[in-house]
Amino acid sequence: MDTLLLARIQYAATTIFHFFFVPLSIGLVFLIAIMETMYVVKGKEQYKKMAKFWGKLFLINFAVGVVTGILQEFQFGMNWSDYSRFVGDVFGAPLAIEALLAFFLESTFIGLWIFGWDRLSKKVHLLCIWLVVVGTTLSALWILAANSFMQHPVGFTVNNGRAEMNDFFALLSNGQLWVEFPHTVLGALATGGFLVCGVSAYKLLKKQDIQFFKKSFQIAVVIALIASFLTAIFGHSQAQYLIGTQPMKMAASEGQWGKSGDPAGWTVIASIDPDTKQNKYELKIPYLLSFLAYSKFSGEVKGINELNDEYIKTYGPGDYIPPVRTTFWSFRIMVAAGCLMIVLAAYGTYLAARKKLERNNKWFNRFMLWAIALPVIANTSGWIMTEMGRQPWTVFGLMTTADSVSPSVTAGQVLFSLIAFCTAYTVLGAILVYLFVRTIKKGPNALDKTDNKSSDPFGKEGYHAVS
Amino acid sequence: MLSLNELWFILVAVLFIGFFFLEGFDFGVGMSTGILAKNDSQRRVLINSIGPFWDGNEVWLLTAGGAIFAAFPNWYATMFSGYYTPLVVLLLALIARGVAFEFRGKVEHGGWKKTWDICIFLGSLLPPFLLGVVFAGFMKGLPIDGQMEMKAGLFDMVNLYTLLGGITVTLVCLIHGLVFTTLRTEGELRERARKLAKTLLYPLAVLLVVFAVMTYYQTNVFEAHGAVLSVLAVLGLVAFLLSGYFMTKGKDGWAFGMTGAVIALAIGAVFVGLFPNVMISSIDQAFNLTIDNAASGHYSLKVMSIVAISLLPFVLGYQIWSYFVFHKRVHEKQHLEY
Repeated sequence: MDTLLLARIQYAATTIFHFFFVPLSIGLVFLIAIMETMYVVKGKEQYKKMAKFWGKLFLINFAVGVVTGILQEFQFGMNWSDYSRFVGDVFGAPLAIEALLAFFLESTFIGLWIFGWDRLSKKVHLLCIWLVVVGTTLSALWILAANSFMQHPVGFTVNNGRAEMNDFFALLSNGQLWVEFPHTVLGALATGGFLVCGVSAYKLLKKQDIQFFKKSFQIAVVIALIASFLTAIFGHSQAQYLIGTQPMKMAASEGQWGKSGDPAGWTVIASIDPDTKQNKYELKIPYLLSFLAYSKFSGEVKGINELNDEYIKTYGPGDYIPPVRTTFWSFRIMVAAGCLMIVLAAYGTYLAARKKLERNNKWFNRFMLWAIALPVIANTSGWIMTEMGRQPWTVFGLMTTADSVSPSVTAGQVLFSLIAFCTAYTVLGAILVYLFVRTIKKGPNALDKTDNKSSDPFGKEGYHAVS
Repeated sequence: MLSLNELWFILVAVLFIGFFFLEGFDFGVGMSTGILAKNDSQRRVLINSIGPFWDGNEVWLLTAGGAIFAAFPNWYATMFSGYYTPLVVLLLALIARGVAFEFRGKVEHGGWKKTWDICIFLGSLLPPFLLGVVFAGFMKGLPIDGQMEMKAGLFDMVNLYTLLGGITVTLVCLIHGLVFTTLRTEGELRERARKLAKTLLYPLAVLLVVFAVMTYYQTNVFEAHGAVLSVLAVLGLVAFLLSGYFMTKGKDGWAFGMTGAVIALAIGAVFVGLFPNVMISSIDQAFNLTIDNAASGHYSLKVMSIVAISLLPFVLGYQIWSYFVFHKRVHEKQHLEY
């Protein structure tokens, strides 16, 4: 195995793993902030208990997200040094700003939030969690600004053999960013919503702390519905944006080898054969692709083969076709999971509105528990489509993945680190699941016991503490 | 007039000084959990004394890394790919340490806690050691070729000089952390921390002197900056002696300031010694990475300067505020598990 392949596997593995936790953190902290706001506004202890209980899950998840994020920053220099040299001027800036603007904010105020329950006033404590919300969102904004540059490079010139920034505001007003950022962040809110809904549904099924979990479900399901629906809307505008900027990715995700014809039909499923460059069979819905691409029932969409010929003319000889099967199916998995999420959240909202949550919803509640996985599947397959569909480029039209890898790093080194990180991550993942299950089983009332650690004021040490 | 390249070199130095000053003491406290604490509740007190801060402190390292990436992409690329294996170990250590703080108190079981205690200890010991080795390597020089690729064998990275650098940084962090412990705890733990810190000053004195002498003979950093470095060395000596004096007098706050000053001066000296290089090639001086050939373009540096200078006061402001919020001492009879 060569360095390039191993470095790609490592990037895929560590990034996918990291992105299990990031959306959940963004979504959960937003829900917790809402719960704590309700506590401060309404003054009911139940909301405080909710912020604390869901906060436990958030903190376990946040810890894994933070530590796996450090590797993300280091990895560009370690495995992709030629990429870092070529784009550092443009790509490094959003990363540095992310650290300065977002990481400091979230890490400082999460510390204040965890340890500040007894030391800060209610309002200041509430402000802390909202600042963490701001921090996580800003973090997403800057990292996606960097990613958007890879998808649709803007605001630079190539000088002395590297990309140099010449317009910072172009980076920030990149059209790609403003379809990608809302899509990703809303997807994250849905992820948090579905976790809270799923856990609550499970506890309702077990008939434990019914009032607590009914209320949690109500808050989360509304967020989940709004967020899933808006995610789909922005996903649609992202797809339309792709037609203009990365038509190859769009063609691959549609399994469209030849010309689509006008009007274009949307392929539901297909048996894709990359060797013969055609689909063995396919099921199409007429007009739909034209509508999805241009919001009208006519218009042609370019196919993979045609685009490859165009790219050869522009960029020189080569194969510019991404892994079509992976791109095609990850797109469909994402869309299917997303649709299912909207349906489930809508039904859940209906049940909550009709106050039917605790009655006779055995199947729905069971389903909601398993639905925790849906946003995770959608997030992962969405990113696989985005990143795989851009291949063979790391920066579209500018630099290929093969040219990005570190020349001085050996395959042995990458293999060693790949094994080390994958082992560490597997262990982390297992522990996280174990701690999640444990915390959920204990329920919200377990908190009170540890909160008031009893101390005997007449005992030796108790006396010491008082004096 | 200061050029933007010089400004960013200084900013990177400031970020590293901030990192070693702040995370230095929480690394030290992390090491103390394995050395100083006698039982579980003492370990918990030590962990809680840095609980609200360590994550924010670690961001100084991430920001320094991000700043190097953005301002000196060639430095970032050469260093991170060249120091591949030590960085893998560093990352594993930081990963283990970070989750250990969160996971440790979640399950009441001896083996569980013991495992995370080991993670906290090693996760606090290895990073300052590895970073000390890396920084000493910067000064000594590394096999960097004309394409800016560093192809270092084990002994280019790990030798007597760099090992000494690693041990010195680790020890100074430990002492800094022990002094921090005297500020944040009370009773027996506080007294033992003070005593151990004072005892450790002697070996540290030896290490610092040997390291300074070796730097004089083994590196070229004194050639260009002998005068400034001598001034820093004298200031370092004064800070070192004062830290011992204040420890003896029981003025913990001042002692903490002085151990912090020793760290700041030492890291500052590394950057002064390197300037205007960022990494020195042991193959040919012409292959040195400098603040010019490793840097981003003028426009990029300008944008980042504006962003950094407008944000830094806020970052410093709320970080200082968070220290103010948690200025009370941690003791064993309070609520310790979060």
